[in-house]
Amino acid sequence: MSEISLRIDGESVAAKEGMTVLEAARSAGISIPTLCHHEKLEPFGGCRICIVEAESRGATRLVVSCVYPVEKDLVVRTRSPKVDRIRKTLVELLLAHAPDSPELQKLAKEYGSDRDRFEKEASFCVHCGLCVRYCAEIKKKNAVGFVDRGVRKEICFIPEIAARECNACKECFPLCPTSYLQACFVLTEALAFPLASAGG
Amino acid sequence: MDKARIDQIVDRHGGEASALIQILLEIQRENHWLPAEALKRVSDRLKVPLARTQHIATFYKAFSLVPRGRHEIHVCMGTACHVRGAQRILDTVEDRIGIKAGETDSELKFSLETVNCIGCCALGPVMEIDGKTHGKISPAKTADVLNGYK
Repeated sequence: MSEISLRIDGESVAAKEGMTVLEAARSAGISIPTLCHHEKLEPFGGCRICIVEAESRGATRLVVSCVYPVEKDLVVRTRSPKVDRIRKTLVELLLAHAPDSPELQKLAKEYGSDRDRFEKEASFCVHCGLCVRYCAEIKKKNAVGFVDRGVRKEICFIPEIAARECNACKECFPLCPTSYLQACFVLTEALAFPLASAGG
Repeated sequence: MDKARIDQIVDRHGGEASALIQILLEIQRENHWLPAEALKRVSDRLKVPLARTQHIATFYKAFSLVPRGRHEIHVCMGTACHVRGAQRILDTVEDRIGIKAGETDSELKFSLETVNCIGCCALGPVMEIDGKTHGKISPAKTADVLNGYK
């Protein structure tokens, strides 16, 4: 594996080929905010919060750092007025769905997002996919998945698998940035297998 | 739709997971909708997680997870059809078969949908049943056409 050197926020960072910009930054102790990223999981590029400015061969572009591979002499800026503005709006859009999520509130404070900028549509799920991907990639159980698409997209437990696997695992619960996952599980449990959980 | 028929369709595609959408489309075409058992059977046979099959079956509008009628009626509500009285056609159809747009009757004979344009505006107002186009249709003719379906 060849070493690639790039600059992130003015610092010279050495990275291995195939690493993403986010991984390179984190290995150098530079923090980039994320919502849908998890080190054990494949990059997803869903939340776009980790967007950064990347400059190569004189051109500056906005790229999503968790899915953008490092390249030689790339100049990355993790904070700039443009990046901050985009993150501010992204958080505002997500806050319309999950206004009281602690993680979103933290980001909102950092980037000055207005909690009430967009009309509330409390679906609670921010489609980060952490639960779905964790269950599929790490646990290989696929007890929870996405259904539908666009504005109607939501997570959904497969009752038969959930009844068998979930009570003993629940490892996805702490991953959820909004606690909607727990609510979804309890609802599935109440509808599909109330007795199994009560020990009956 | 029985298991054997599903297996037959899966086998025709060589049991390849990459043929998932084609297999679901074939089941949809034959059965008019995708029952939970069919999704499970296809998932088992292709070794694709049910969560994934379910995601795909809910993602595409071509699939239905609720029972659909044997005949699919599409009434065009596009601009050209609209100005030529598509609403009256739709009202007649709804009246005649007793369901609203987006619904299926209890005998599973008809499913009714509105569409925004089927691309033959010169024939407006247009109604399409099972892919057959009925153009320049009037409320009276609509009733005749519907009577021709069993």
